[in-house]
Amino acid sequence: MDQRQTVAFELERVIVLRSGRLLLDEVTARIPAPGITVVTGPSGAGKTTLLRLLNRLEVPDGGRVCYHGQPLDELDPLTLRRRVGMVFQRPTPFPGSVADNLAVARPDAGTGELGTALERVALDPGLLGQEARTLSGGELQRMCLARTLVTGPETLLLDEPTSALDDQPKRVFESTARDLAAQDITIIWVTHDTAQAARVADRIYQLRHGHLTGTPAGEARP
Amino acid sequence: MNTPVGWAGLAVSLLLVAVAAGISWWQRLGLHRQILIAAARALAQLLLVGVALTLVLSPGRSIWWSWLWVAAMLGYASEIARRRAPDVPHLLTLALASFAAAAVVTLGVLFGLHVFPLTGRTLVPIAGMMIGNSMTATVLAGRRLTDELRDKRDEVEARLALGQPSRQAAAPYVRAALRAALTPQIETTKATGLVFLPGAMTGLILAGTAPLQAVLVQAVVMFLVLAATATTTVVIALGLIRRLFTPDHRLVYLPTPADH
Repeated sequence: MDQRQTVAFELERVIVLRSGRLLLDEVTARIPAPGITVVTGPSGAGKTTLLRLLNRLEVPDGGRVCYHGQPLDELDPLTLRRRVGMVFQRPTPFPGSVADNLAVARPDAGTGELGTALERVALDPGLLGQEARTLSGGELQRMCLARTLVTGPETLLLDEPTSALDDQPKRVFESTARDLAAQDITIIWVTHDTAQAARVADRIYQLRHGHLTGTPAGEARP
Repeated sequence: MNTPVGWAGLAVSLLLVAVAAGISWWQRLGLHRQILIAAARALAQLLLVGVALTLVLSPGRSIWWSWLWVAAMLGYASEIARRRAPDVPHLLTLALASFAAAAVVTLGVLFGLHVFPLTGRTLVPIAGMMIGNSMTATVLAGRRLTDELRDKRDEVEARLALGQPSRQAAAPYVRAALRAALTPQIETTKATGLVFLPGAMTGLILAGTAPLQAVLVQAVVMFLVLAATATTTVVIALGLIRRLFTPDHRLVYLPTPADH
C-alpha cells in the first residue's frame, strides 16, 4: 500500500500566531489513519488550535495542512467538515429535541437512521423525542458525537470531549470511541489526561512549546 | 395653516424648562445645569435646522437641495449608529447601505405610487422620520447579532463543523436579532392612538390640520416606519453576516466590548 494512503493529515511547518505569540512553531507531523491518535500537552499549548486547523475552523499563518494528500485550502471547506467531523470540549446542544439536533446535521435523515446514530454511541433511540438540554452531561456529549456521525465522517476530531464528565460516563465515551475506531473511523483526540491517553491511544503525540513530538505507541490496534 | 406658537409663546414655554431645572435644584439632583444646557442646545439646533429648512424648502428652490439634505441625514444617522454601537464591526458602511435601501423602498412606495406629491416639503420630513425612527432598530439589530455570534460562538462553530454554510449556521441568530429589533416597533405601532398620540399627528393637529386628515398622515408615517425598520434591520443583519464570516465559512474573532 502506498504510504500516503495511510496518512490522514500531513502538517508541514505549520505556524499559528496569536496576539503576536507563536502558538504553533513550524509544526511538522504526519497523523496516520486509521486508529486513535492522541495529542497531549499542557493547557494553552495549542492543542485545540491544532485540531481546529484540521477541519479549517482556523487557518494557519504559515505552512500547509494536507488531508489524504490534498492541501486543505484546495478542498471545499463544507465537504471537508462533513468528512472530518468535530466534537467540542463543551457539549453544544441546539434548541429542540435530540432528533432536531441530529437533523441539523442531515435534514433528510429518517427516524431509523437517527436511531442508528444514537445506538452507535450507546444511547437509547427512545431518546430521539426528548428535549436535548435535559440529557445528562455524558449523554449530551454522546448525542453531539452521534450528531457528527450523522454526516458520515471518515475522521473525527475530539477536543477534550470528556473533560467535564465523571469517571463512569467518561469510560462509556472512551469505549464508544474505540468501537468507532474499530469501524475504520480515524480519530484524533486531544486531551491533557495522560491516563486517558494511555487507555485509548494507538499513538500519542505531545504538543509543547509550539512543537509536536511523536512517540508512536506501536501499530494501530487490530 | 395657523402657526399658534410665536416668539413670545416660545419665550413663555421656557418656564417649563425652569420647572424641570427647579425640581433638580429643589431635590438636589445636580442636574439643573445639564437641563439648561440641553434645552439651550436643543433650541439652538432646532432654530438652525429651521433656518436651513426655510432655505431648502423655500418656493422655487430646486428639489435637489432637499435630496442633498436627505443624503446628509443618511450620513449623519449612520455615524450616530456607529458611535452608539462601537463594538459592531463595519457599522458605518452597513448602516449607510441599510438606510439607503430603506429609503429606496419607502420613498419609492410613497412618492412612486403618489401617496404624497414629491416636493421638498414632503421629502425632507418623511425621509427624516424614516431615518430617525429606524436608527434605534438598526443599532439594536447590529448589536444583538454581534452579541449572539460572540456569546454563542461554540454553538455557531458546532453548526459550521457539521458542514453548514455560514449563512445557514447564522440563521437562528439572525432571526433572534431581527425579532429583538422589530418587536419594540411592532409594540409601539399596536399602542398608537390608545396609549399615546404620535408626534406627526400631534404636530399637524396643533398646526391646525383637521384631526382625521392628521390621522391619515400619521397612519402612512407609521407604515413607513414599520417598512423602514424591517428593511434596515434585515440589510444590517445580512450585511453583518457577510462581514463576520470569511468566504471559507469561518467565524471571525469577535472581541468582547471590554477588549476595546
